[in-house]
Amino acid sequence: MGKKYGAYICTGCGIGDALDIAALTKAAKENGMEAKIHEALCSAAGRELIENDIANDGVNTLVVCACSPRVMKDEFNFGDDKYVTRANLREGVAWCVEEVTEKHTAEKVKEFATEKGQDYVRMACVQAKKGDVPDPYKLETLNRKILVMGGGIAGMTAAMDAAKAGYAVTIIETQDKLGGKALGWRKQFPTAAPWTELEEPTVSAMVAAVQAEAAITLKTSTEVARIAGAPGAYKVTLKAAGTKSEWDAPKKVGVDEQDKISKGEMEDPNAGLQPYMKDDAAAEDFGAVVLATGWNPADVSEYAHLGYGKLKGVVTNAEFEKLAKTGKVPANVAFVQSPGGAEHDQDFPYCNSVTSMVALKQARYVREDNAEGKAYVLYQHMRTPGNMEMFYKGAQNNDGIFMTKAIVTQVEESGNGLAVHLKDTLLNEDVTLNVDMVVLAAGMVPTTSDKPTINLAYRQGPAFLDLELFDGYADSHFICFPYETRRTGVYACGGVRKAMNMEETIDDACGAALKAIQSIESADRGVAVHPRSGDGTYPEFFFQRCTQCKRCTEECPFGALDDDEKGTPKPNPTRCRRCGTCMGACPERIIGFKNYNIDQVGSMVKCIEVPDDDEDKLRIIVFACENDAYPALDMAAMRKLPQNALIRVVSVRCLGSVNMAWIKDALSAGMDGALLLGCKFGDDYQCHFVKGSELADKRMANIGETLGSLGLEPERCAVRQIAINEYNKVDEIINEFVEAIIALGPNPFKGF
Amino acid sequence: MTDERSAPAGAVLVVGGGISGLTAALEAAEVGKDVFLIEKNSYLGGRVAQLNQYFPKLCPPSCGLEINFQRIKSNRLVRVYTMTEVKSVTGGPGNYQVTLESKPRFINNNCTACGACADACPDERDNDFNFGMDKSKAVYKPHDMAFPMKYVLDKNACSAAGLQAIKDACKYDAVDLDMAAKEFTVDVSAIVWATGWNPYDPTKMTNLKYDSSNAIITNMMMERLAAPNGPTGGKILRPGDNKEPASFAFVQCAGSRDENHLEYCSYICCMASMKHINYIREQYPTAKITVFYIDLRTPGKYEKFREKLMADANITWVKGKVADIVAAADGSVTLIAENAVTGAKIKETVDLAILATGMEPAAKAQAAALGLSVDSNGFILADANGGMVSAGCAKKAADVVTCAQSATAAAMKAIQASRR
Repeated sequence: MGKKYGAYICTGCGIGDALDIAALTKAAKENGMEAKIHEALCSAAGRELIENDIANDGVNTLVVCACSPRVMKDEFNFGDDKYVTRANLREGVAWCVEEVTEKHTAEKVKEFATEKGQDYVRMACVQAKKGDVPDPYKLETLNRKILVMGGGIAGMTAAMDAAKAGYAVTIIETQDKLGGKALGWRKQFPTAAPWTELEEPTVSAMVAAVQAEAAITLKTSTEVARIAGAPGAYKVTLKAAGTKSEWDAPKKVGVDEQDKISKGEMEDPNAGLQPYMKDDAAAEDFGAVVLATGWNPADVSEYAHLGYGKLKGVVTNAEFEKLAKTGKVPANVAFVQSPGGAEHDQDFPYCNSVTSMVALKQARYVREDNAEGKAYVLYQHMRTPGNMEMFYKGAQNNDGIFMTKAIVTQVEESGNGLAVHLKDTLLNEDVTLNVDMVVLAAGMVPTTSDKPTINLAYRQGPAFLDLELFDGYADSHFICFPYETRRTGVYACGGVRKAMNMEETIDDACGAALKAIQSIESADRGVAVHPRSGDGTYPEFFFQRCTQCKRCTEECPFGALDDDEKGTPKPNPTRCRRCGTCMGACPERIIGFKNYNIDQVGSMVKCIEVPDDDEDKLRIIVFACENDAYPALDMAAMRKLPQNALIRVVSVRCLGSVNMAWIKDALSAGMDGALLLGCKFGDDYQCHFVKGSELADKRMANIGETLGSLGLEPERCAVRQIAINEYNKVDEIINEFVEAIIALGPNPFKGF
Repeated sequence: MTDERSAPAGAVLVVGGGISGLTAALEAAEVGKDVFLIEKNSYLGGRVAQLNQYFPKLCPPSCGLEINFQRIKSNRLVRVYTMTEVKSVTGGPGNYQVTLESKPRFINNNCTACGACADACPDERDNDFNFGMDKSKAVYKPHDMAFPMKYVLDKNACSAAGLQAIKDACKYDAVDLDMAAKEFTVDVSAIVWATGWNPYDPTKMTNLKYDSSNAIITNMMMERLAAPNGPTGGKILRPGDNKEPASFAFVQCAGSRDENHLEYCSYICCMASMKHINYIREQYPTAKITVFYIDLRTPGKYEKFREKLMADANITWVKGKVADIVAAADGSVTLIAENAVTGAKIKETVDLAILATGMEPAAKAQAAALGLSVDSNGFILADANGGMVSAGCAKKAADVVTCAQSATAAAMKAIQASRR
C-alpha cells in the first residue's frame, strides 16, 4: 500500500516531565516525520487528533509514541487497514528513570532518559517504514470435515458434539464395532448426586445415537495409514486395521541419516513406503483431527511379590471386570492399589485416580454376587477426588467392604486360595488376609506410548514430540492451555491424554471437538490459533536464496515445514503458530512476516544512536519475549523501579525468532552488548513456543564463538531466563549484565 | 473489547472472568461467536490471579493470564464488563434475556493507570486481594497485572478531603464521583456459568481456632505471602509480628471430606500444600515441616512432585486428622492429632499453621434466585435443555487444567445451544 505516515508523541503520565520532548520530535524528524504532540493521546481528544489525520490526510501508518504496546491497544486501534507502531516512552523510559545521585545528577538522568526515548521514537518510525498490515494466507480449498480416531467413549462424544455444532465427522475404529473399552463394563461410576450408587452402562445408548446421526460416517475395522497436509486441508489415507500399506507414515529421517542412506551406509527405515511428501490421490480430505485412540491395560508382571502370571487367582482389574461382566465374581477378594511393598507408597504406574474408583466399583460386584462377600481394598492413598469422595464414603458404609491403608509385602498360595501379607495397617498390626482372588490395580497405558498412533506424514516424523515428558500420554505441557500440543489441528482427548474416568472423558472430548472446529475456522480466516490467536501474518520465504540447509524445518516447534520434491522447505501456513522460530533459524535471512521481519528489526537496531566517544554512554541491545520478559519489564516500571538507561529493548514474538543477524547488526553498529531475556527452559519449560528460549541459548553460544574469532569477548552476548512475575529481579539481571559489559569496556569496533 | 454496540443474535453470556470464564469466552469467540463476559470483581483473572505459582510446573499464573488478556484485546467479539453481576434471567434456551448490574467504579475509561490519584490519596482500605493482610489506598489498582488496567475507588473508605484530593490529582478527568450503578439487559442464546469458588470459611471449623492466633492462616493466604506482589513482597512471614517462621504445619482437608462441612474432596489441596512446601523450601531450606493428612491425593503425574518432597528429611508426614489447635502466648500454636497408623498421640508446636481449606462453589447463595439447578453442595448442574452450561469450579472442585478443559467443553455446549 502507499504509505502515509503520522507520528504522535504523548506527554501525559509523566512523559513530558521525564523527557525532553523537543529532542523526541527531532528523532521523528530524522525519519521524515513531523510528530504531533498531545498531552493525553489516549483521551478522546488525543484520538480525535489522529482520526482527523486519517480522515483528512489519508494517514494510514501511525507511529504512536506513548505508553507500552501492551496497554491501550483498543484506544490506538484505528482499523485493520492501518499499521500502528508504538514507542514505549512511558513504561520503557519515563516510569523507570534512574535514581538521581550526586554523580548522576537530575540533569544527567534526564539526558540519558531522553536519549533512550529518542531511540525508541527512531525505532518505532523505522518499524513503521519496514512493516505492513497483514495479508492473511487463504487455502485454495478448505475442508471442514473432522476425522475422529477411535470409537470409544471419547471418540463418540467428540463426534456427536462436532455433529451437533454442524460439522460432518468420520469416526474410524480399529475394532469391528463402536464402543471401545466401555463395552466390557458391567457397571459404571456414579455421574450424579448422591454419587454413591453404580450406574448401568450408557455406552450402548451412545453407540445407537452415533449410528443414528446423519452427519457421522462410521468406518470400523479401519485405521490411519497416514495423515498428510495441514489444518483445513488434511489428506488422510485409511486402511484395513492391522494391515500394512505403502502409505504407512514414514519414520523421520534427518539430514545426516539421509546422507548415509544415499551412500548405502545405512538401511532405509522407510524402504517400501511412499515418501512422506508424496500425495496419495486416493486420500480423503479432512479439516482437523481428534485423537481418541484410548489406552491399554498396563503389564503388572514385574512385581514379583504380587505373583501376577505365576499364582492362580491373581488378576488385573481389567481381567476382573471381564469376569464380572460375564459371570459371578468370587466371595473373598483383595484389591491391591499400590505395588511398592516397603519400597514406596506410589500407586501402580499409569493409574492416576481412576484405579482407586475401579477398585471401589469392583468391590461392589463382590458384594452384589455373594451374600457373604468380603472385599478388601488395600491402599496407600485412596484417590477419589471431587464428588467421587461420596462414592468412597458409600463403599465405607457397605458392611462387606473393608478398606485399609497397608503395605502389601507378599501374595502367596495358601490352601485353595491366596494369602495376602500386610504391614503398617490402620489396625496397628501386621495382618494376613486369606482370599479367593487378588486384583491388581493395573494402570491405563496410552496408545501413544509405544506407537506414533497419529501417523503424520510430516518431515519431523509421524508422532507427537516430547511424549516422554508425559509418560507417553499425548498431553499438553501447558496448565492453562490443556489442548495445546506441538501439532496444530490435532487434538487429543480421553485415555490417550490422561488416565481419566468417563465423566472426565466426556468433558475432555467435547472440548477437543471445539478445538478441532476452531482450527478449521481459523484456517478459513487465514489466522493463527493459540497462542497468537487471530494473527493474520504468516512466514513468507524468498526461496531464490534458500540453500536448503533445513534449519527452519528442523527447528520449527510445530513441524509446520516439510520439504518439497526439490528439497526446498514447503511451508504449511495453517500448521504455523507464527512464533518466528524459522525466521530466527534462517542463516540466509529469507524468512519474514509482513509486520515482523529481519530487515525491519535489523533496521530498528541499526537506527539506535551509538555515541562514538563517550565511555559513560555504552549501548546494550535487549531482545525481550513479548509474553513474559517484556511484561515483567513493564510491571517493574509500573512499580517505578529504576531501569538501566543504557539498554534499548526490542519486544520479540519469542526468543526463537531472534536471528543472529540482529546481534551482528548491533555489534557492528558499535553497540557494546546484546542480552536476550526469555522464558525458563528445560523439562518444565515455560516458553509457549516450546523451544524458543532454549534455541536462542544455543544460537547465542555459537555466536559467542564467532565473536571470539573476531576478537570480541563472547561475554558480550548472553541469554537470561526470567518469568513474567519476576519483575523484582529484572533490573538486577540487567544491571549485572551491563556492569559486566562496562568492565569489558566499549566495543572496540565502535566508530568503524 | 469493551465495545458496547449491541451484539448480533446468538451471542453467549459468560458469567465469571476467572480462568474458566476467560477460557470459555475466548474459545467461543475464536470460533466466531459473540460473547459477553461479565465479572463481579474489578479485574479479570479470578482466583488464579491470586496464586503465586501453579503446580506442578511452579510457573506463574500471570503468564497464561497475559496470553489470555492479549487474546481478549485482539478479539473484538468479546465484550468485557467488570464489577458486573447477573440480576435476573428470563426466557429459555436459544433466547435468554439477562438483566445485568454494573456497580460504579467511580473511575471512568479516561484512566491511564498513571497512579497520581493513589499518590495523592490520604485514606486506606483493607486489601481484600491480599485477604486483609495489608492495606491499599482507597483508590487503587486491584493488582499489578490487573486487567483492565484501570484504578478503582472504594468511596466508602474515603474521606471528603480524600475524595477531593483524588479528584484534584487526576489530570485526565477520570474520577467520576457521581457514577451510579447501571442496569442493562442482554439477549443471549446460552449462558456459561463460570462463577468459581470461595475458600471455605475457616472459622466454621471451631476446633481449628482460626481466629485465636495470627499463626493460623489459610492456604490462599499462603499464596499471597509467597507472591512477589503480595503483602510482604514475597517473603513468607507470620502475619502480625512478621516473624520468620522456623517451623510449619499443614492441616489437610480443612473442611473437605467432612460431612459437617464439605462432604466432597476439594481436589487441589494436597498438591497446593506440596506447592507451598516448595515455596517454604526456597526461603527456609531446613525449616521443620509437618503435614497432617487423610490421604495424599497426588495421582498420576503428580506422584513425581510428591516423591521429591517425601525425600526431604525435615518433613514429617502424619496420617491423621488434626483435632485441636492451641494458641500460645509466644505467638506459636500447638496442633493436636492422632497418628492413624501408629495410634500415637501427637502434639506439634509450630510457628505457622496452614489450613488447607477447601473450595466452596461461589454461586451457592445466589443460585436459587437465578433459577439455577444446583446439587446439594451448591455446584451448578447442566441444564438438560442445554442453554445453561456450567464450567470449572462452579461445576465441581477441580484443578486449573480440568477447569480449562471443562470451560472449552462449555464453550462447545453454548455454541450448540445457539444453533437451535
